Amino acid sequence: MFEGWDAVVLARAQFAFTMSFHIIFPAFSIGLASYLAVLEALWLWTGREVYINLFNYWLKIFAVAFGMGVVSGIVMSYQFGTNWSAFSDKVGPVIGPLMAYEVLTAFFLEAGFLGVMLFGLKRVGPKLHFLATLMVAIGTLISAFWILSANSWMQTPAGHAVNADGQFIAADWLKVIFNPSFPYRLVHMVLAAYLTTALVVGAVGAYHLLRDRHLAGPRVMFSMAMWMATLVAPLQIIAGDQHGLNTLEHQPVKIMAMEGHFHSHKDGAPLILFGLPNQAAGRVDYAIEVPKLGSLILKHSPDAPMAGLDTVPRENWPPVAITFWSFRIMVGMGLLMLALGLFSLLMRVRGALYDSRLLHMFAVAMGPAGFVAVLAGWITTEVGRQPFTVYGLLRTVDSASPLAAPAVASSLIAFVIVYFIVFTAGMVYLFRLMAAPPHPGEQGPSSEAPTRTAGITPAAGAVAEGAAR
Amino acid sequence: MIPIDLPTIWAFIIAFAVFVYVVMDGFDLGLGILFPLFPEKRDRDVIMNSVAPVWDGNETWLVLGGGGLMAAFPLAYAVLMPALYTPMIVMLLGLVFRGVAFEFRWRTTKERNRWDVAFFGGSLLATLAQGIALGAILQGVHVEGRQYAGGWWDWLTPFSILTGVSLVIGYSLLGATWLVMKTEGELRDRAYHLSWVLLLSMLGAIGAVSIATPFLHVQYTQRWFAWPNILLTAPVPVAVAAITVFLLRSLANKYDYQPFFLTLALFALSYAGLGISMYPYIVPQSITIWQAAAPENSQIFMLFGVAVLIPLILGYTAWAYWVFRGKVKPESGYH
Repeated sequence: MFEGWDAVVLARAQFAFTMSFHIIFPAFSIGLASYLAVLEALWLWTGREVYINLFNYWLKIFAVAFGMGVVSGIVMSYQFGTNWSAFSDKVGPVIGPLMAYEVLTAFFLEAGFLGVMLFGLKRVGPKLHFLATLMVAIGTLISAFWILSANSWMQTPAGHAVNADGQFIAADWLKVIFNPSFPYRLVHMVLAAYLTTALVVGAVGAYHLLRDRHLAGPRVMFSMAMWMATLVAPLQIIAGDQHGLNTLEHQPVKIMAMEGHFHSHKDGAPLILFGLPNQAAGRVDYAIEVPKLGSLILKHSPDAPMAGLDTVPRENWPPVAITFWSFRIMVGMGLLMLALGLFSLLMRVRGALYDSRLLHMFAVAMGPAGFVAVLAGWITTEVGRQPFTVYGLLRTVDSASPLAAPAVASSLIAFVIVYFIVFTAGMVYLFRLMAAPPHPGEQGPSSEAPTRTAGITPAAGAVAEGAAR
Repeated sequence: MIPIDLPTIWAFIIAFAVFVYVVMDGFDLGLGILFPLFPEKRDRDVIMNSVAPVWDGNETWLVLGGGGLMAAFPLAYAVLMPALYTPMIVMLLGLVFRGVAFEFRWRTTKERNRWDVAFFGGSLLATLAQGIALGAILQGVHVEGRQYAGGWWDWLTPFSILTGVSLVIGYSLLGATWLVMKTEGELRDRAYHLSWVLLLSMLGAIGAVSIATPFLHVQYTQRWFAWPNILLTAPVPVAVAAITVFLLRSLANKYDYQPFFLTLALFALSYAGLGISMYPYIVPQSITIWQAAAPENSQIFMLFGVAVLIPLILGYTAWAYWVFRGKVKPESGYH
């Protein structure tokens, strides 16, 4: 079986599949860890019960999501060796240390303090517990720092040399770590993680407000989430624009694919809104385009000349259709987030933040938008740098392990089956947790059943929580 | 003698990370393997809770072992991972089931049994795969140039099966002695009983692997039995015998805290024995630590981080264990 298959294509499919599953969880837990730290800080500062209820409510969700992120992440750290051993041998000396620093500075910090964060409030007291929460939140951000540095180095390699064995080695570690695309990618991804979390929190809040607009917990979380959308969505669009300009400077071919620019334009390139990129024919079929807007956005001048894929040898073209479409999906999601942020601001100014059913329904619908945008964005940047693993220097086909197709196909099938079983169950449990509103006396993961609030009826709880406001 | 240079220092760092992983996740995985022997929900809750706050940190040492190997000895990582392809994938999938079971089993009543089975199956598979991988490394892999050149079933031999089963026994013993330390009453008594059986099995396994290893390569035989090496190697089996005596005594006298730490000592000795067999090869009979070493500036760059951060990590990890010290009581149950 699978003898006729291409082992490299299968290995790429495996990486894409396992990575796509994995990125969902860090994108959520980076933002959620920070949100939990904010909630606990507000609780310690104001003493209001609603904050600790929200903290415990989201902590249970965090525990499940974090667990799935951990187990899918370990797979990634070994996949470099199993499926991409040639890459590991050649690039290990440069990106290996970056990932080792991620483990030493981030993974241990998160894992070491997670136990106290989840189960230790009564044992260590509020202040030490808050320290643990902070450490976990900081750990997720340090993790993002190192892994995005490693990824960015593969996109825009800098500060390296090549030794006699054909391995990349670092000539200047600072240049390796702070390579040209890294600051842009880091900002863009961290903002994406915050937005993703805000949209989930906002959707859960809105869902419960649709059922009962007087619940204290959902009101607080919805308001906080909508502030994030209002403030961060525009920031993210600016960050994305800057990241795009940086890509144009260092990876122009990726931009050509994102824009569908098969042809060069001497006096102003159009912005192709939609169309069907036809890689074989080297054109975009049925293109709907705005003249000169492409140059205006990318060069900030309508008549600036722009080179197209016709200036690049065909064997160096990335898959254009995937890059083109995933980019549009990401941008579309970003614009919808901007719309949600502005709409919620309008309702807030009018004093209707907790009353507008339309806003709440919009927010519920936008719950998954962050994940869609994150996945689409990563597909854009990863597919767009093909056919290289280290941009311009190491081709993907020269990076794979010396494995036959049956081995890679079997493991791919095993991953698909296991991930669907495990992560479907995980999603069901997450949705179940989110479907119940936070209630007074909410317990963290330390309580086994969600109904430990014996003695407090829901009605009495609502009154108590109302009084706490 | 052993020279002090960067690759040697790094070989010890990686060996240290892997050893910490083996003993720390060893008892987590051991608890998973023993799970079917404790069918009562009450017992299972206690068993889970005894490691729930720390298992994630324990597993992180595996990431350091793998990531550190890629960074410090990229050639060894690039050769060993494809050679151990199937055991590695099985281990990863086993760890997926084991890891999510920690969270999922508290989120459902109807499907709890299913996640208990996943916890057991995942732990058993991951352990077997790790033991098999160890055996496959010891017996050597086929290398050409800078690549693995064997097939994807080369790892499967009677010897690797032996090491796989031995590790299952070893982790189970770690798990059982952990329970002796962390639980009370009837649960602890059963853990004592299991520890006896598992300790005797473990001694058999150590004996079998020790006898089989010299037959793999003449180099292993010379390393252990040639003069004057034997002056340095002979204390290892003597120490194993001594630890065994202490361990048997602590089990007989019911000193709750001793069996676990003595089992750790037994692991440390077995591990030292492996090191004696392998050194200075990182891929036995093919690639030495010097051949596989990353360029000096990669190893130096990371050494700064390791020197500062590992003590820090050990510090806050110890704190986390301290916070959750003592016997786990069924009613107190965080979780």
